Amino acid sequence: MKKYKADVVVIGAGAGGLAAAIEVKKSKLNLNVLVIERDKELGGITLQCIHNGFGLKEFNEELTGPEYVQRFINQVVDLKIPYLLDSMVIEITREKIVYAVNNKEGLIEVEAKAIILAMGCREKTRGAINIPGFRPAGIYTAGQAQRFVNIEGYLPGNSYVILGSGDIGMIMARRLTWEGCKVKAVVEIQPYVSGLLRNQVQCLEDYDIPLITSYTVTKIHGKDRIKGVTISKVGRNFDRIIGSDKFIECDTLLLSVGLIPENELTLQAGAELSKNGGPIVDENLETTIEGIFACGNVLQVHDLVDMVTVEAKRAGNNAIEYINSRYGKELKKKEIIKCVAGENVNYVKPDIINKHDISKEVVFTFRVKYPDRRVLVQFKDESNNVIYKRKKIYVIPSEMIELNLNLGETNINPACKSITIEVIPRPEVLIEED
Amino acid sequence: MIYDVIIIGGGVIGCCIARTLSKFDLNIALLEKEADIASGTTKANSGVVHAGFASPREYVKRDMCITGNKLYTQAVEELNFPFQRIGSFVVALEDNQIKKLEEQRRQGTQDGVSGLEVILDKEKIKYMEPNLTDEVVGVLHAPTAGIVSPYEMTYALAENAATNGVKFFRNQRVRRINHQNYTFTIKTKEKEFEASNVINAAGVYGAKISKMVGLDYFNIMPRKGEYILFDRNALHLNKILFPTPTKVSKGILVCPTVSGNTFVGPNAQNISDRKDFATTEAGLKEILEGGKKLVPNLPVRASIRNFAGLRAVPDTYDFIIDNTDVYGFINVVGILSPGLTSCYAIAERVVDFLELLGVNTKIKEDYNPIRPKPELFKDFSKKELDKKIKEDPAWGRIICRCETIPEKEILNAIHSPVGANTLDGIKFRCRPGMGRCQGGFCKPRLIEILSRELNIPYEEVVKTGEDTNFLVAKTKDVVLNKLEGGIEE
Repeated sequence: MKKYKADVVVIGAGAGGLAAAIEVKKSKLNLNVLVIERDKELGGITLQCIHNGFGLKEFNEELTGPEYVQRFINQVVDLKIPYLLDSMVIEITREKIVYAVNNKEGLIEVEAKAIILAMGCREKTRGAINIPGFRPAGIYTAGQAQRFVNIEGYLPGNSYVILGSGDIGMIMARRLTWEGCKVKAVVEIQPYVSGLLRNQVQCLEDYDIPLITSYTVTKIHGKDRIKGVTISKVGRNFDRIIGSDKFIECDTLLLSVGLIPENELTLQAGAELSKNGGPIVDENLETTIEGIFACGNVLQVHDLVDMVTVEAKRAGNNAIEYINSRYGKELKKKEIIKCVAGENVNYVKPDIINKHDISKEVVFTFRVKYPDRRVLVQFKDESNNVIYKRKKIYVIPSEMIELNLNLGETNINPACKSITIEVIPRPEVLIEED
Repeated sequence: MIYDVIIIGGGVIGCCIARTLSKFDLNIALLEKEADIASGTTKANSGVVHAGFASPREYVKRDMCITGNKLYTQAVEELNFPFQRIGSFVVALEDNQIKKLEEQRRQGTQDGVSGLEVILDKEKIKYMEPNLTDEVVGVLHAPTAGIVSPYEMTYALAENAATNGVKFFRNQRVRRINHQNYTFTIKTKEKEFEASNVINAAGVYGAKISKMVGLDYFNIMPRKGEYILFDRNALHLNKILFPTPTKVSKGILVCPTVSGNTFVGPNAQNISDRKDFATTEAGLKEILEGGKKLVPNLPVRASIRNFAGLRAVPDTYDFIIDNTDVYGFINVVGILSPGLTSCYAIAERVVDFLELLGVNTKIKEDYNPIRPKPELFKDFSKKELDKKIKEDPAWGRIICRCETIPEKEILNAIHSPVGANTLDGIKFRCRPGMGRCQGGFCKPRLIEILSRELNIPYEEVVKTGEDTNFLVAKTKDVVLNKLEGGIEE
């Protein structure tokens, strides 16, 4: 068995993992870091995202996915950060021993002081949403199709229906149109688009690809290869409206129905997950196991890779800080404040805040459940004191809300055990309606 | 060459007969119409090995089931397929159903089903199966009932049969059978086979095959059953849970699988199309509602797949196992539930028929009944794993991350006797793509491996058979073809 020791092990060499590893390596503490990646090359899923729109925040210029992630790969090489490719982590212990396998070294054991989880997310599949009908060939997730077209160089079909208006789905609609394929429609169950507005405009509207909202696929036709789908209008509770069925002929169905953080290893290590599918973390992005941090899409699905980079750098810095000041020391009993998702809030990160950090600035990230206009974002403590509020012109589920707040500077009750974050209609709107 | 026996149909019944006959000094072939064996009813059923008390006493399937259940013990030892005797509950939700359970217990015990017990102590019932509804008033516990992976057992049977000399021919849809001078000539699309004896194990197509030799004395109707499969760890059941049966069916059950998942289903719907494997909105709703009567906390949100299978329902409602009037032609059809349980007993019956037909049933000297247990990554200790990867690096490349399947297991599935030649064939043999991501990650890698190992282009890699290829063209081909078309115009 091959044995390694590392101050920090980063699991996953996508945009998040690489940024975190670079951050750790750059620290003055001269820490050694090891990156473990299951694919054959560094870069993660960004490598198959050959469209543009990356880097506007991070580098102030517009790059493709591979161009964006290459900048991080170059730094990894320049900084001589060691990495293992084609290597699958099979176990993480509470003592922060990481076991991985690859076909060159066999079983690998790495003893780490801190671990950064950056495994990314996976796509939801058809089974999870239970579309009835046949199970023919020709059904793919949008990301799978993206890999086939952009990496392998093959087309999965000729005529397409795309279920779900997630970003990858809309981007693939454009990509396949460029390849001479016909995209018949993008069908979205919600009354609004679930991806970014810019993708709706640049990928669908510019190419006259029909977007059909408040509809979903209710039946799959074709016994061998898919021959078409039935779509139906849905009511308020997503129930099928009888008589609204339409048949669309196609030989391929792509699913772009959402992403889920990929946390099998996190669970196996014994860390707890929260409702959004990502691990429970505190203001330092530390999971419920001391010294194990999480960042990027494994923690929460982000809108843009640039935001993953920012979060990953924070995780890297927090891991450095942990090794520097807390590693090997006795655990202090923690007093915590829980962050609760209130009205029209789907989830909040961090899930908990350590009271001893109450006077630090905390980065809150959260998403709304449904779109709304002219709202108030409000933080309340247990006694219903509003400790912070901010107006927003509009909120939509596809745009993550990020705000920095120092709770110590608010009028928070020091004995408080939880705060609730809610997005509510502004009172003046209510008055207008009266 | 004239085969001594040709079996038509590569489902669990055909393969079990093939394996049972492979111990004799005979030339045997098996013809399967699909690209792979275990592609019909075998692939989509409950995977329950019944205790045997449920069928009416006048049916031959009752005896077959009781005997067949007992034969599993030896079969598992020899063939090493996943099987667990976890026991079943028939659940009574109303006091008046207890009488039915008592009657089944009494008759079952008389007929040789061991360990049957009616339990009325609710505390004991809930201790044995904590997820069972609070509405339960009593259960019939059958400790000899078990769960099996029907397709893994079928692959094991086929593998062992092939090792002992049975020839498997896939993609061979039987088009015509001629019978002359005690020889059957079986025509498929490309090939012609000759045999002295033919065994019809064609499942839902059993009547069609029988009619090819002029035997038209029964009908087989397909009856569809739909299922929903739940993620591993979403619900842990100790027992197979049946409702108290009605006249029509054993009802919708909630049941664990040998791989640690749970399913709910099936319903029962008579259909006419033998390729109608479609699930329906109404059907899925029906099975969820049915399942919730037994397990109210059914993990609906953790469902990872829905599917449907067809039962081959004969108009007699009983198995049709006949040494027919056409000398040498044996019908083994209408094998509906509990056919999976009965398969070993059915195969023994076929041996008796062949003896009557004068076929030599002397066991050959080199017969090897053992199909070794497949080596699995998940069964290795860390030390063993390290050693294995050093011996063969393919153990160290993980292809399916949800189920942790290394490339080596996939290569074994492809290169075993009667190995996988389709993506579903790999999936059902060693589980890549069966986990919660349902192939999202591993599909491109599996296509790459299958293309390499079978030496076929990517575009010819298929899911299940003809017209189920995954990729249609190389990128730019469509655009270039259109351009060329334009120039020609």
